[in-house]
Amino acid sequence: MSDQARRESPLAEFLAAPRKADPATGAGVQISERPFLGHINLRGDPSEKRFLEAVEGAIGVALPLEPNTVAEGGEISALWLGPDEWLLLTPPDRQRDVVLTLKAALGDTFAAVNDLSGGQTVVRIQGTHARDVLSKGCPLDLHPRVFGPGQCAQSHISKTMALIRQIDDTPTYDVIVRRSFADYLARWLEEAAQEYGLAVIAESPT
Amino acid sequence: MLLISCPWCGPREESEFSYGGEAHIVRPKDPDALSDLEWADYLFMRNNPSGRYLERWLHAAGCRRWFNAERDTVSYKIKSVYKISDPAPRGDE
Ligand SMILES: [Zn+2]
Repeated sequence: MSDQARRESPLAEFLAAPRKADPATGAGVQISERPFLGHINLRGDPSEKRFLEAVEGAIGVALPLEPNTVAEGGEISALWLGPDEWLLLTPPDRQRDVVLTLKAALGDTFAAVNDLSGGQTVVRIQGTHARDVLSKGCPLDLHPRVFGPGQCAQSHISKTMALIRQIDDTPTYDVIVRRSFADYLARWLEEAAQEYGLAVIAESPT
Repeated sequence: MLLISCPWCGPREESEFSYGGEAHIVRPKDPDALSDLEWADYLFMRNNPSGRYLERWLHAAGCRRWFNAERDTVSYKIKSVYKISDPAPRGDE
């Protein structure tokens, strides 16, 4: 069991001093964190019907089979990582139950379920200039014609690997990174966002 | 910078990929039966054509899949990409 009183998110230090944007110009970009979500890596063969059905029965959402898309169902999101690999995001502290339910449902089906929750976090970047900031360091084509809500893609932002998922048309992006790169990413974003007005928000978004 | 099409993810920047050298090199079934010369040939010797080349790429920062590409080493133009399990495309020459 995790000791909730003592646990610290990867961005705790970065978020310790919230920053407000210059009121005259406003915040073109807001950075916050969605800490302590459940991150579960799931691998299996999508040509096996038994695998797909077991997963859908266990988590209540059908795995997305189209590359770089997200499927949402109830409280769990499934993000496509590869033709036989997905990331499941769960609400905080639900990962243990989901892993156990998945393993029970999969039985001896050829599959792998791994809890990565302690190793990753979600950095949220939101605002009218969020796309401009990401594009300074990420080679993905984020133009709305190409990339929008419901899509995700793995790439790199400056020197960290990242899984980027668009949430809405604000635009809002969730960037999933390894915890050891979270502080680097946040500070890189902070610098890249200066010209647009930046707010750093300590409270995690819902 | 090359724009490389991953068979799964579509066109992405070269910075997301890493290079894997010549494609379709088959590992010998029984390495012990080979002479040092034959083993060295398998391990180290690669073609270096001026023109059409079949080569492996890894979408390292993306879906992490290996795939093959047909590239012209003179113009750098990538003519086709195909899955690692697909047969080599026929050349035009
Ligand atoms: Zn790919």
